[in-house]
Amino acid sequence: MELLIFYPLAGFCVVLALGVVFNNSPVGSAISLIGMMLGLSGVFVLQQAHFIAILQIIIYAGAIMVLFMFVIMLLNLKKGDDAGWIARERNLLLSVLTGLLAVGILYKISDVLFSAQMDTPATLPDSFGTVANIGETLFTDFVLPFEVASILLLAAMVGAVVLAKTKLD
Amino acid sequence: MWVDLLITLVKILFVFAVTVGFFAPVLTWVERKQSALMQDRIGANRADIMGFTALGLFHIIADALKMFTKEDFIPDGANRVLHTISPIIALVPALLTFAVVPFGGHYNLFGKDVHLVISDLDVGLLFVFAIASLATYGYVIAGWSSNNNWSLLGSMRTASQMISYEVTMGLTIIGVLMVYGSMKLTDIGAIQENFWMWGIFLQPVGFFMFLTASIAENKRIPFDAPEAESELVAGYFTEYSGLKFGMFFMAEFIEMVTIGAIMTILFLGAWHIPFLSSATLLSWFDFLGTTGSNLVLMLIHVGVFFAKVCFFIWLQMIIRWTLPRFRYDQIMKLGWKILLPLSLANILVTGLVILALN
Repeated sequence: MELLIFYPLAGFCVVLALGVVFNNSPVGSAISLIGMMLGLSGVFVLQQAHFIAILQIIIYAGAIMVLFMFVIMLLNLKKGDDAGWIARERNLLLSVLTGLLAVGILYKISDVLFSAQMDTPATLPDSFGTVANIGETLFTDFVLPFEVASILLLAAMVGAVVLAKTKLD
Repeated sequence: MWVDLLITLVKILFVFAVTVGFFAPVLTWVERKQSALMQDRIGANRADIMGFTALGLFHIIADALKMFTKEDFIPDGANRVLHTISPIIALVPALLTFAVVPFGGHYNLFGKDVHLVISDLDVGLLFVFAIASLATYGYVIAGWSSNNNWSLLGSMRTASQMISYEVTMGLTIIGVLMVYGSMKLTDIGAIQENFWMWGIFLQPVGFFMFLTASIAENKRIPFDAPEAESELVAGYFTEYSGLKFGMFFMAEFIEMVTIGAIMTILFLGAWHIPFLSSATLLSWFDFLGTTGSNLVLMLIHVGVFFAKVCFFIWLQMIIRWTLPRFRYDQIMKLGWKILLPLSLANILVTGLVILALN
């Protein structure tokens, strides 16, 4: 039953992820990315992580991608020509490095996948994935990483404001 | 199993009937009549069937006929696919929100515990917020795909305005969550059986900020910069006609109902009558038996809930026809320099009060 929902959802995500890469127009890429994020949040729901699924929609699909779209429209980006970007030497190095990084991540993922026990489905407690449970975990076991991450975000926010301000003056 | 499925189906049909079937068409008439009343005019009264005008109610039928029969126009150079789906993207979130909105408590009918909510999600309030933020795309893509500068300007304003006011909305919701300690809309509604626990008493500042932010999210006057009839023709839906225009129109009216429903649940005691608990009401109708008294209670609660929703719709209409429009920079200033600090202060004060009371 779960697989019946999982495979179409995963296929949807993969197709749209490819759409992000192969789309010529920036707006088309952005829309594919939004669709893929909605599909991903569906996958999270399948894993009983409702809170994460909703956060995925609010933060990525609802806030960050709106800003992406806003910037794309503000700059009125048209269809880019395929050859230009990769032809430059500096970008070639960048592409190779990114490719290596992707291969490394894929290797790690396959490593985890093959060592995982697929035959025994994990039994979940009733409170798994609820807001109360996640909040409790974040503020007890992981309070230090949580606070460090929030300070990092605050610093990034202040930094962005400062950068924008000096340009205006 | 099958009974549960049937009950859910009935609830979904009820929600559709109330929003699409009743509120959306009737509100077009109400808005005309209300504006006429406030400007000392008579308002819509011309459409008649065999000489009967029924206070202008037949204008609803005339409107629907007009929208169905108008030419569906797609401008040259527009992105045909995106131009067609964007009204759908705008309308669906407005309807989808009702999946978690409870329009009553739970009642014992024929030995079954019936909850009057389609899906009682643990993350209910966040779901509403997430779905509402997706509506932005409908408006943004509509403007971009029309290949029209007015439309593009309108959709850029939509994007910036909706992002700005979503921040305030989200921070206001945090205050409400701190007070009630739950994200389930059914829990929040149930707590407010006690009159002094109503959100409007516990979060008075939050109430006004949420109302402001939600009107801004719905892009109605005084926050209608994205539409701006006197500057941008009709903003993001300049190039839309027929039923596609109708869908944008419907989305706006259904969103008014959504805002009314959410505000009723968060701030105005949901389906409860002040100082009248469900138990008292049940004991009044005890002579009807368990199912009978529960049925009466359910009808009373649903009636009270929608009466409150109607109050909020009326309030939004009064605001719409009273206030002049804000300029674009004023909207941004209000959002970022007044409402954002105020909502952060609201969270701080709420936290301090909760700390002091414990």
